[in-house]
Amino acid sequence: MTVPVRAVSARGLARRYDDVEAVAGVDLDVEPGEVFGFLGPNGAGKSTTIKMLCTLVQPSAGTATVAGYDVVRQRDDVRRTIGLVFQDPTLDGYLTAEQNLRMHAELYGVPKAVVGDRMTDVLGMVGLSDRRRSRVSTYSGGMKRRLEIARGLLHAPRVLFLDEPTVGLDPQTRASIWRYINELRHREDITIFMTTHYMDEAEYCDRIAIIDQGRIVVTDTPEALKASVGKDRVQITTQDDEAAMTALRDRFDVAPVLAEGQVTFAIAGGEGFVPRLFAELGVPIRSVSVSRPSLDDVFMSYTGTTIRDAEAAGGSNQWVRMMARNR
Amino acid sequence: MTTGADRFAHDVRAVRVVWQREMIRFFNDRLRIVTSLIQPVLFLFVLGTGLSTITSGAVHGLNLRTFMYPGALSMAVLFTAMFSAASIVWDREFGFLREMLVAPISRWAIVVGKCLGGATTASLQGVLILALAGIVGVPYSLTLVLTVFGELLLLAFTLTAFGVMTAARITQLQAFMALNQMLLMPLFFLSGALFPLSNLPAWLQVLTRIDPLTYAVDPVRRAVFAHLHVPVAAVHRLNPGVSWDGWRVPTWLELLIVAGMGAAMLGVAILEFRKAD
Ligand SMILES: Nc1ncnc2c1ncn2[C@@H]1O[C@H](COP(=O)(O)OP(=O)(O)OP(=O)(O)O)[C@@H](O)[C@H]1O
Ligand SMILES: [Mg+2]
Repeated sequence: MTVPVRAVSARGLARRYDDVEAVAGVDLDVEPGEVFGFLGPNGAGKSTTIKMLCTLVQPSAGTATVAGYDVVRQRDDVRRTIGLVFQDPTLDGYLTAEQNLRMHAELYGVPKAVVGDRMTDVLGMVGLSDRRRSRVSTYSGGMKRRLEIARGLLHAPRVLFLDEPTVGLDPQTRASIWRYINELRHREDITIFMTTHYMDEAEYCDRIAIIDQGRIVVTDTPEALKASVGKDRVQITTQDDEAAMTALRDRFDVAPVLAEGQVTFAIAGGEGFVPRLFAELGVPIRSVSVSRPSLDDVFMSYTGTTIRDAEAAGGSNQWVRMMARNR
Repeated sequence: MTTGADRFAHDVRAVRVVWQREMIRFFNDRLRIVTSLIQPVLFLFVLGTGLSTITSGAVHGLNLRTFMYPGALSMAVLFTAMFSAASIVWDREFGFLREMLVAPISRWAIVVGKCLGGATTASLQGVLILALAGIVGVPYSLTLVLTVFGELLLLAFTLTAFGVMTAARITQLQAFMALNQMLLMPLFFLSGALFPLSNLPAWLQVLTRIDPLTYAVDPVRRAVFAHLHVPVAAVHRLNPGVSWDGWRVPTWLELLIVAGMGAAMLGVAILEFRKAD
């Protein structure tokens, strides 16, 4: 074969729960070796999509393949090929890290001869080698998460699904988990499909899909998405904000907003605009900053809300989940 | 891609690892081993001794504790087996069940592994009570230990299968525990663990014959009595066996009834878990 099989491919994938359309027709193509991010607010349908791709939930419409296997007709082949880290923890706290991994190796039929080496490998990768004989119930939340990632990799899957691998963790642990993920793609021949609702994390992905209310609104690289928003964000502080806002509206035809003592507006080619601003605004300027559009701006421009507002409206269950994770 | 034989070998490996996990958890949890012993020991020594004062120490020359001993054995198995089955509800609540459900293995392997694990741990618990035989006047003998162990293993398997079957439906630990409490006590009271199953009023006679546990307790009592030297009159009175309309049900049929029910409930449990996601 000349064309490698797609890591993940979905057409019109949908799932209905009673009267909730959790996923409403999703089309996706993920190439082998990609880190693909699924970005969306609470209740957008991220977990449900992952569960369908992992054969845990039957689609109510549409088709999907993972590593070329159909998720409905070739369940076992799909299951053998994928690694999974769920949103909710699935470790056995009574067992040690090693026992958890050994059990996983047996369930996935890893050849006995390689189990020991693989275990050493994955434990070293997530930095848990020295705690391998401790019971998992004595681990911190971040250590548990890292162990789950290690376990997901133990049987050398071709596609690794991570459902919010970093939710509820401190920034340091989040950063270290991202280090492992980056290292992974270099060391192993693997495709990573992950969900997140941290915008800054989406930046690490090769491509992201933004999903909102069960539908994919856009799929592209983070750079292309940001470029598609086009405009840079300019923030200024002035001696007279009211006068500056009026001047901006009248002379430059932009829509400024005043927030936290700063006047903010979006404009194409922000850096080139700064000299003109100084020359023509007519109000003394104290400071200027220009920033490229962030993924927040991208999300905003495609869905019409910020991800935080979308979550607040959706009745965030984040807190409950964090409590559950810390049990 | 994979042949049926490969597939089966892999599933057997999965059965073993699910069973192993039950073992590790059992031996790690010493507190549970001790607490599960308390009930049968109380039953045997407190209830047994207390009640024997009414009958002035012995019935037909046999100590009441000796009579109750098979009941205590069944009791130890009963509660441990139910605890094992409850662990599947527990696993679901704490997420580990999902790790097993998404693995590329057949669902029957999970259910069979759980049932075998429950059966083994429960009969090991029974062995601890077996060790008390001397204290209640039952002679130690290898054949007795082996026979009783085998019978307890069968009982424990059937009980765990029952528990796993219910656990497929009842996903909340509290509801599961409440249901079992509600079922276990009547089953235990009617099983012949506490009193001989002869000369009973008709309604009680019928209820004891319906109770499946009856057919598990009786073989154990027969095995114990076979090693006692007691007068024939006492055996008739205290070990009358189970009879249907005057016909004494043979041991093999009793064991077959227990095994048959175990197999049937195992089948239902597997079907239930094939549907679960
Ligand atoms: N088992 C279920 N029964 C009924 N409704 C469900 C079920 N699972 C999910 N849903 C509904 O489907 C929708 C999408 O849920 P999903 O878990 O896929 O969201 P998500 O994008 O993963 O959100 P989060 O960021 O909170 O994890 C929600 O409205 C949810 O209530
Ligand atoms: Mg989710």
